Amino acid sequence: MPDNKVSLPPLKKTFSMSAYLNRWHIIVLLVAVICAIPVLTVFSYIFLPAGDVWRHLTETVLSDYVINSLLLITGVSFGTLTMGISCAWLTSVYRFPGRKLFQWLLLLPMALPAYIIAYTYTGMMDFAGPVQSHLREWFDWSYGDYWFPEIRSMWGATSMLSLVLYPYVYLLARASFLEQSVVALEAGRSLGAGPWKCFFKIALPMARPAIITGLSLVLMETLADYGTVQYFGISTFTTGIFRTWFGLNDSAAAAQLSTILLIFVLLLITLERISRKQARYFHSSNREKKQTRITLAGKQAWLATFICLMPILSGFVLPFLQLSQWSIETYTEMVDGDFFGLIWNSLSLAGSAAILALLLALLLAYGQRLQNTRLIRIAVRIASMGYAIPATVIAVGIMIPLAWIDNAVDGWLRQQFDVSSGLLLSGTLFALMFAYMVRFLAVSVGTVEAALGKIKHSMDDAARSLGLRPKQVLLQIHMPLMRRSLLTAVLLVFVDVLKELPATLILRPFNFNTLAVRAYELASDERLADASTAALCIVIVGIIPVILLSQSINKQKT
Amino acid sequence: MNSLLTLKNISVAYGDQTIVQNIDFDLQEGQISCLLGPSGCGKTTLLRTIAGFENPTQGEIAIRSKVVSTAEQVLAPEERQIGMVFQDFALFPHLDIEANIRFGLTNKMSENMQLQRCNELLELVGLSGSNHKYPHQLSGGQQQRIALARALAPKPDILLLDEPFSSLDIELRQQLAREVRVILKQQNITAILVTHDQNEAFAMADTVGLIHKAELVQWDTPYNLYHKPATRFVANFIGQGVFIPGEYIGEQKINTDLGIIRGNVPEQCETGCRLDLLIRPDDIIHDDDSPIKLEITEKLFRGSDFLYTLKLQSGRHVLCIASSHHNHALHEKIGIRLDVDHLVMFPQLQIPNIADNIAAIIV
Repeated sequence: MPDNKVSLPPLKKTFSMSAYLNRWHIIVLLVAVICAIPVLTVFSYIFLPAGDVWRHLTETVLSDYVINSLLLITGVSFGTLTMGISCAWLTSVYRFPGRKLFQWLLLLPMALPAYIIAYTYTGMMDFAGPVQSHLREWFDWSYGDYWFPEIRSMWGATSMLSLVLYPYVYLLARASFLEQSVVALEAGRSLGAGPWKCFFKIALPMARPAIITGLSLVLMETLADYGTVQYFGISTFTTGIFRTWFGLNDSAAAAQLSTILLIFVLLLITLERISRKQARYFHSSNREKKQTRITLAGKQAWLATFICLMPILSGFVLPFLQLSQWSIETYTEMVDGDFFGLIWNSLSLAGSAAILALLLALLLAYGQRLQNTRLIRIAVRIASMGYAIPATVIAVGIMIPLAWIDNAVDGWLRQQFDVSSGLLLSGTLFALMFAYMVRFLAVSVGTVEAALGKIKHSMDDAARSLGLRPKQVLLQIHMPLMRRSLLTAVLLVFVDVLKELPATLILRPFNFNTLAVRAYELASDERLADASTAALCIVIVGIIPVILLSQSINKQKT
Repeated sequence: MNSLLTLKNISVAYGDQTIVQNIDFDLQEGQISCLLGPSGCGKTTLLRTIAGFENPTQGEIAIRSKVVSTAEQVLAPEERQIGMVFQDFALFPHLDIEANIRFGLTNKMSENMQLQRCNELLELVGLSGSNHKYPHQLSGGQQQRIALARALAPKPDILLLDEPFSSLDIELRQQLAREVRVILKQQNITAILVTHDQNEAFAMADTVGLIHKAELVQWDTPYNLYHKPATRFVANFIGQGVFIPGEYIGEQKINTDLGIIRGNVPEQCETGCRLDLLIRPDDIIHDDDSPIKLEITEKLFRGSDFLYTLKLQSGRHVLCIASSHHNHALHEKIGIRLDVDHLVMFPQLQIPNIADNIAAIIV
């Protein structure tokens, strides 16, 4: 047996391994803690005594916020479930004209941010808009002769949100319907159940966990929405937080409002988690993969085509055409030096956020692969929790601690050196980037995690046995193998940041504008046509993830 | 000769679960050994601990007299000079064959030397000229050979092979195992192979370590493993055979259903003590002229021979291998004689019935 004392010195150096892995440990935990700061900040206000503003809020508007949010949730649930499930069922079980095309066209409304579709429809439907003008022309009506629904209302907001959010339900329901074995349905038929009974008694219950997962994502987006409800003048939590913060200047009350909103969100997260777990048990045998579609003919076929066409037309084609028309009318005035400035701001902001998110995601996912402990897993979950948290809440949770730091530094400098540092962190791009990371890290972490999971661990071991350090394994083996997924992760975050409105609105530096903010500001000033070019840019970029998604759909099977 | 690899009292555990415990062995330079055992016995974990991917909870591992693993300190795998061949080969799919083989050579030698070493290895494994193919363009056996070449390229102190043949066709396994042995011997490479297939172990290894329930039960040559099993488990696991009971009647003689047999009775046995004797199929020779006749109750045609199951008068069964020319019918009585060179016996278990005729273990 070798002499320990002689051989220990060279080992000292190699302590590096445990130290190295500990470094990953620390990095992952640090990212998680930083990402948790906004939520923890907001939650800490639960324990603060309620101020005057809060008392005022509870007496006056709080019940409105709750009622409106609940109405919105109910309406959007109904809208997205009806559209999402019916289209998913039709395209996965039946054959009818246009089915293959509809499969991915039905995703297109995802490209439109809700606030853009909201003001586009407002422009289309208001008194001077094309719809009413044509009606008056055709029927020879004039003002006051007829009743026309007011789009800037609860039902309007519900419809707008449903139109752009139903793809979540559609995607998950469709995947679930396709995974269900035909045997289950055929067993139903053989027991005498007709197509309707088969749908309601077999297919729908089996897809329920997937549908609920989709619905909870829809509702998270609904609760997070600011642009639409603000534009339509509906008081919800997000607008309330905004008003309390900027109008009443009470950050504590804004944070307390945020907590209530967060409780809604937590319920949704729990719902999502539970249904995702259940989904595993609802998986029927994947023995029978080949699914024969039932061919629809005649009236039925046309009805199916119509049902699938409606959401595409109203959720994408019509608003897109309207935006294009406005843009053609106004671009000569709108596209100038400032506009290119906007584009540059948006692209550089979204680009750097996407790359930063990718780097953090690589750290988290690879750290988890190196040390798959419970602590690390929890840390990664916390770091990617932000997808569920409304950007308005994140913004509040970031502003409060950053402002505190700024004030502290400023106060100390004034006291010591009689100079003022002003705003060091809040109101800078740092704050904005921080918010984007918290909100969108989940997107890149999810993509990177999935891609890493596909690489066998023996690859890592092989590279290590050939002399690579863990970091080199990531750079030389994993990253080249995950190239496509990394690109996807960057694109997804890029588009999300580009579309993002409320956090950008709150946290952007003074006089720093992006396409989304400009489009929103112009629309708020009722300059709908002027807003269209900026909006159109966002929509066109927004089509990228739809294309990525449709590619993966086509790969699954058609 | 110096030990190349030394394991001293190594245990590995995940939480409360012990994977392997108290493992001791030595490996000499140029020796090929094999860790053999049923699945789940901990052999792969032991290999990965030697490689540095797992940490021991006690004991120490030394390579070339340098301690590389203790419960407190573990030298990272990339700093150990080991080569490893994986069950799924783990060739890097984004790199061509040449880049795969040169992977462990970068920063160690000049470009030209790398290329030279790469071609040398390709020649060694019989795949010269496939430098610019990609792993997916090769067959399983070829990928296996490239994996070997890649692991050997940096001239590791020790080569670790984790079930290297299990993802290949059965016909290919034996052939490749022999080929790999020739290559390793030719290059004087020290290697440890992990497998659950004893034929593979016997074809490859100079020494075999049999692991059962986390412990190393025997570390020996294949010959001794077969003929001098240390425990009942080893006797059962290696080869085929049946235990028949016997009684020691003194003077190294044992009275059994097959008659009186001579053999080295364990020292602790006194006259009258009951023993179980391992009867291998090759201990019973078919001989038409023999006066001892036994009835055939089962027969299995294996091409070059028949494996007959014969019934003793006591009702117990033994196995017998006969040349394939001796095709006898079921229930026919055939003559046999005993040819017991190495008698393997264990003191009988507490409940005799359990030991009775443990069915032939056909591995």
